[in-house]
Amino acid sequence: MTATATTNAGIANALTSGRLPAWVPWGLLAGSWAASGAVFALMAAATGTEFSLVLAIFVGTILFDVLIFVVAYLVEGIRQAKNRLVTSLVATAFIIALLPLVSLLGTVLVNGLARFDLTYFTYSMRNVVGEGGGALHAIIGTLEMTGMAALISIPVGLLTAIYLVEYGTGPLARAITFFVDVMTGIPSIVAGLFAFAFFALLTGDPGIRFGFGGSVALSLLMVPVVVRSSEEMLKLVPNELREAAYALGVPKWLTILKVVIPTSIAGITTGITLAIARVIGETAPLLIIAGYTTNMNYDLFSDRMMSLPVFVYNQFAQPGTDAQPYLDRAWAGALTLILIVMALNLAARLIARIFSPKLGR
Amino acid sequence: MTTATPSPRAKLRPADRIFSGATVVAGSLILAALAAVAVFLLAQSIPAFVVDPAEIKGSPATFWDYVAPVAFGTVWSAALALLLALPLSLGIALFISHFAPRRIAQGLGYIIDLLAAVPSVVFGLWGIKILAPAVVPLYTWLVENLGWFPLFTPPVSGTGRTILTVAIVLAVMIIPIITAICREVFLQTPVLHEEAALALGATRWEMIQMAVLPFGRPGIISAAMLGLGRALGETMVVAMVLSPAFLISFVLTGSQNSPTIAGNIALNFPEAYGVNVNALIATGLILFIITLVINSIARFVINRRKAFSGAN
Repeated sequence: MTATATTNAGIANALTSGRLPAWVPWGLLAGSWAASGAVFALMAAATGTEFSLVLAIFVGTILFDVLIFVVAYLVEGIRQAKNRLVTSLVATAFIIALLPLVSLLGTVLVNGLARFDLTYFTYSMRNVVGEGGGALHAIIGTLEMTGMAALISIPVGLLTAIYLVEYGTGPLARAITFFVDVMTGIPSIVAGLFAFAFFALLTGDPGIRFGFGGSVALSLLMVPVVVRSSEEMLKLVPNELREAAYALGVPKWLTILKVVIPTSIAGITTGITLAIARVIGETAPLLIIAGYTTNMNYDLFSDRMMSLPVFVYNQFAQPGTDAQPYLDRAWAGALTLILIVMALNLAARLIARIFSPKLGR
Repeated sequence: MTTATPSPRAKLRPADRIFSGATVVAGSLILAALAAVAVFLLAQSIPAFVVDPAEIKGSPATFWDYVAPVAFGTVWSAALALLLALPLSLGIALFISHFAPRRIAQGLGYIIDLLAAVPSVVFGLWGIKILAPAVVPLYTWLVENLGWFPLFTPPVSGTGRTILTVAIVLAVMIIPIITAICREVFLQTPVLHEEAALALGATRWEMIQMAVLPFGRPGIISAAMLGLGRALGETMVVAMVLSPAFLISFVLTGSQNSPTIAGNIALNFPEAYGVNVNALIATGLILFIITLVINSIARFVINRRKAFSGAN
């Protein structure tokens, strides 16, 4: 449009006159960022403080929001100006949300690499004061407790999803749907307190700490996620497949096992992987019921058990006289956690992409 | 056709019975688990309600004096977080659903979802080591220039470990939740409504005002409530970042902040003994009830909307 308008110079084009050319917002944005960057660089040079890119981008974006409104108001009128202001504001909101993400990932990567070494993955913290030591005991604990939580949650969650999609109609199904939704909002620390209260009453030990309790607490958080994602996936299976199976005389339970589940297995696996990713970073419930220790513990059913998130918290919260080695270990733990969660998320997306059945003809 | 009764019902096989029975048991187990949470928390809290409150840490006059500061801190921090997160989330959701180019919109959604994937303990570490020192100059400025305003009463915190810092981190953590739901709701707006508005000459913002926001209002409300529920129960960030004191204080930038229920439990539970354990569990029960009520209302609003919206 702009090209036509400029080639037919002299002839007023009703469609493009009184409009800003398409490059103007981008130019203004680049200009604002450059200006704010220059000002902050000068200020940093003048006062000798460190140049903050995050702050420069933030202020530059705000400057752009003001500029685009003024320019658009002058050229295009108030309605277009409002539209452009809102457009730039929603983009600003997105950029503001990106800033903590970038800052967080950057610092975790930079600080975490200091202790991201072989010792870290092959040693526990037994008898370690100051430097050295590692998180092997925490990684083993996390894997065991999350694995056990998955063992509990997957059958329960999947069967419940099957009930909701294939069998459930009455008030029971409605109640389950509602309370599963409500359960997704249970604070994780309440799940830990529940596991503690339950096992303390059951065993009569008022200071009980053990790994299996952590698994129970985690599964309380994991089940609703598994149910919701599996339910969505089972609903996607076309009814024709079920009807075809019934028409061949296949009983309902075999239809579900041999037709419905294989069709939706990719989506279900994706959902389960994401559910595992959600609980593997949980700290609060494990702090309550699994406690913390510096020793290796392979037994879920006795004694305190360390987990990676609690390890990060513990290294931060109870440093020795020289805090730096403890902080380094905490950052390395944070990096490990993020890598695990990212790997799980990536795996989930890959599973969904590769193994999903080709329903189209 | 020699049999006289052509039964339309399928024959019930034992395996069918077992399988459907198993699914019912699994579903009921979830309801039982939720009920068990309430029952066992209540059972373990009762000692805290009946015991002489002098035995509880800090020797409060009554048990409710012990609860009041943490309950206030919980609600105050979550409300601040929601106040910060809601406008941003609405903007992001609108950006992804209606402003960003279609081709990259889904990728942008994934990026926001990445925020939800970061474990809370990592957010806590980031909040205390990066964000808290970074906001100290801002707080100093606020207190020096706006100190007359009750929210910024001096003295300023020297570490940045205040309730406002906590609220900022909490806001970052609940943005993905609110955004995800708002995005879904905005995408469900009937396309005909949007096109009608555009055809009448509305700008994109006017179209959103006329078609998208009124349609999405219940969804926005329940998304905000779900975010609030998450912020109320968030533990590690509060435990790591906040510098708590047992009092009720609205001040955003001071070093004396009301603790939150979850943060208080995480800080004190590992070393607690005797009736203090029961007192902490009792505050946990209160947190459970608050979040349960808020989530129930939010889900009720969403579900009602699903049935009557006419979009599906």
